Amino acid sequence: MRILVVEDDLEAQRYLVNGLREAGHVVDDAADGDVGLTLALSRQYDVAIVDRMLPGLDGLKLVAEIREHGNTMPVLFLSALSEIDDRVKGLKAGGDDYLTKPYAFAELLARIDALMRRRHPASVKTQLQVGDLELDLLTRTAKRNGSAIDLQPREFRLLEYLMRHAGQVVTRTMLLESVWEYHFDPQTNVIDVHISRLRAKIDKGFEAPLLHTVRGAGYMIRARA
Amino acid sequence: MRAPRILRTLAFRIVALYLAIFAVSAAAIVGFTYWNTARALNKQTDDIVDSEVSQLAQRYQQFGLPGLAQIVTNRSTHSDATLYLLADEDKRPIVGNLDAWPNIVAVGSNIVEFDYERRVGNHIENHRARGRQFPLTGGFYLLVARDIAERYQTEKLFTTTLPWSLLLMILLGLFGGILISRNFLTRLDLINRTSREIMAGDLSRRLPLRRGGDEFDTLAINLNRMLERTERLMRGMRDVTDSIAHDLRTPLNRLRNRLEGVLATIGPEGAGAREIEAAVEETDHLIGTFNALLLIAEAEAGVARESMEQVDLRGIVEGVAELYGPLADEKEITLSIPPSGSAVIACNPRLVSQALANLIDNAIKYTPPGGRVTVALEQTPAGMALNVADSGPGIPAEDRARVLERFVRLEASRHSPGTGLGLSLVAAVARLHDAKLELSDNCPGLKATLLFPVPTRRQPVLPQIAAQKQIART
Repeated sequence: MRILVVEDDLEAQRYLVNGLREAGHVVDDAADGDVGLTLALSRQYDVAIVDRMLPGLDGLKLVAEIREHGNTMPVLFLSALSEIDDRVKGLKAGGDDYLTKPYAFAELLARIDALMRRRHPASVKTQLQVGDLELDLLTRTAKRNGSAIDLQPREFRLLEYLMRHAGQVVTRTMLLESVWEYHFDPQTNVIDVHISRLRAKIDKGFEAPLLHTVRGAGYMIRARA
Repeated sequence: MRAPRILRTLAFRIVALYLAIFAVSAAAIVGFTYWNTARALNKQTDDIVDSEVSQLAQRYQQFGLPGLAQIVTNRSTHSDATLYLLADEDKRPIVGNLDAWPNIVAVGSNIVEFDYERRVGNHIENHRARGRQFPLTGGFYLLVARDIAERYQTEKLFTTTLPWSLLLMILLGLFGGILISRNFLTRLDLINRTSREIMAGDLSRRLPLRRGGDEFDTLAINLNRMLERTERLMRGMRDVTDSIAHDLRTPLNRLRNRLEGVLATIGPEGAGAREIEAAVEETDHLIGTFNALLLIAEAEAGVARESMEQVDLRGIVEGVAELYGPLADEKEITLSIPPSGSAVIACNPRLVSQALANLIDNAIKYTPPGGRVTVALEQTPAGMALNVADSGPGIPAEDRARVLERFVRLEASRHSPGTGLGLSLVAAVARLHDAKLELSDNCPGLKATLLFPVPTRRQPVLPQIAAQKQIART
C-alpha cells in the first residue's frame, strides 16, 4: 500500500516511516503542509497520515484543500492538541480517523489497516464467516459449527466488528470508539472483560480458538491458517 | 412574602427616602409659616383690642360705669368688626353688640376666644372672635373682642388642605420613584442578564451600550474591558495548555516509539524484553496521568462550554452502565439502574460520560464481591441528580473534600491502580456544567451525587456584533 506521511517532527517522521516500511508499505514523506499538498495531488495514495499542526499549510487546511480537489483518499489525523473539541474539528475538516499523540504504533497500524479496508469494501455482505463461525447480519444470529450462539445486542456488534476486520489487529480503543462510540479513557480495561465474555460464548468447547489476543496491541479474530 | 422587586430597588429606596425627608421639611416650613402668620395676625388683633380697652379704661376712670356704658353703646352701634359687651354680675348683657355672654375659652394670659352668632344680611352665621374680658368693680363684666372669622376660616382651610396636599405629593413622588426605578431596573437587568449569559459560556460577547454615555454605560464599558482581559487570559490559558500538550506529548511519543522499536528488535522473548515492556507500561501510565491533567485543565478553563449539546442523561447512564456491566459481574457486584424518565440537559456528553465512568469505575473498584452499585437519576427540586452509590467501605466524612483534590489517594487505596485524578476530573466536569459534586454516606458505602442545576430561562439579548460595534465607537 502507498502511504503519505505529513509530519514536521523529524524524529517522529523517521520512526513512523521506518515502522510503516517494515510493515510492508510504500511510504512518501513531507515535512510541511505545502509539500504534503503537492504530493497528495500529484500521486496516488491509499491513505494519508497528517499531523494536525504543521508549518506552512496547517493540517486541517491541507485536508480541506485535498477534499476540494475531489480526492477521497482516507486521512488519519495525528494530533498533540487537546482533544475535547479537536477530534470534531478534524473529522469535520474531512479526516476519517483521529489519533492523539502519544500513540502506540500498533494502534496506528491497526487503524491504517481498517481505513484501507474501508477504502476497498467488499460487496455488501449479509453474512460474515470466519472458519466455522457464521454471523447472519439480517437475522442477527450467530452459529458456530452449525449450533446457534446466543448473543446480547452489544456482543453481536462486537463480534460483527471483529469479523469485519478478520485477520486484522483491532485495538481496545478502536473497539471502544466503534462498538460503543465512546471517545474517552475507561480507567479499567473494561473491553477485556467484554472480550472474555464473548470468547466464552464462541470459543468455549471448541478445539481451535478464533478470538486471539495480540500482545501489546489488541485482539484479532482469525481461523487457524 | 417579600415586597415586589421594584420596591426593593436602590433607586426606589433613594426616591422614597428623599420623598420622606422632603415631605417632613415641606410640612415643617408650611407649618412654621402658618404659625408665624397666625401669631402676627393674633398680635394685630390683640393690639387693636388693647388700644380699644385702654380707651374704655380711660373713660371708665373718668366717668365710672355710666360713662363706660355710654361709650360702649356708642361704639357698638358704629363699629362692626369690634364687639363690646357690658354685663352684670350674672353675666346678663346690659349694653353692647352681643346678644348674650358667650362661652368663653381662655387661649392665653388674659386673652379669650369665643363663638357667637352674627347677622349677615338675612341670615345668621357662626363666627369666632378674640379679645379680653375684665371684671369691673360692683360685679360687672366687660368683654371687648374682634371678629376673627376670616382668619379662622383660613386656618381651617389650611388644616384640612395640608394633609391632602402632603398625601398627593407622596403619591406623585412614589409614582415618579417607580418610573425612575423601572428605568434603572431595565438597564440593570440588561447588564445582569448579559453578564450571566457571558459567564455561562460565550466570552466573546459584550455588554450593549447606549448612546447617552451615562453611568450605566461607564459600568458597561468597564465590564467589557474586564471581559476583554478575561478573554485574553482564557485564550492565553488555552494556548499554554496546547503548547504544553504539544511540547510534552511529542517527546513522550518519541520515548514510547523508541521503546516499542527496541522491543520489536529484540523480540518478545529477547533479553530485557520484560523490562522494556514494563517501561512501555510506565510510559502509558504517565501518558494517562498527563491526559487526565490536561482534560481537567481544559474542563476548568471552560473551553468545552462551546461544545455543549442537549443530551439525555438517561442514555449516558445506560450506555456507561452497560459498558461496566460485565466488569461488575466479574467481581460479583450487582450493578443496577432503577427506572427513571428521560433527563435532557445541556452538557458535553464526552466529559459527562467520562465523569460517570470514573465514578462507576471507583465504585466497582472499592466495593467488595457480593456488594451493590446503584446508578440512579433523580429529579429533585434543586435539579437533576445523578447518583452513584456503592456498598463499599465509603470515605470518612473528614476526607471527603480532600479526595476531590488532584493526586490525593487515601491510605486505604494507595495500593490499587489509578492516577488519583479520577475524582478531580469528575469535580472539574461538575464545575464546567455548573453542577455540584457531593460525596455522602450511603450507610454503608459511598454515595457520589452529581447535581445538575435546573436550567435558567434565557432571554435574547442584543446581538453580539451590534454590541462590538458600539465598543469600537467608544
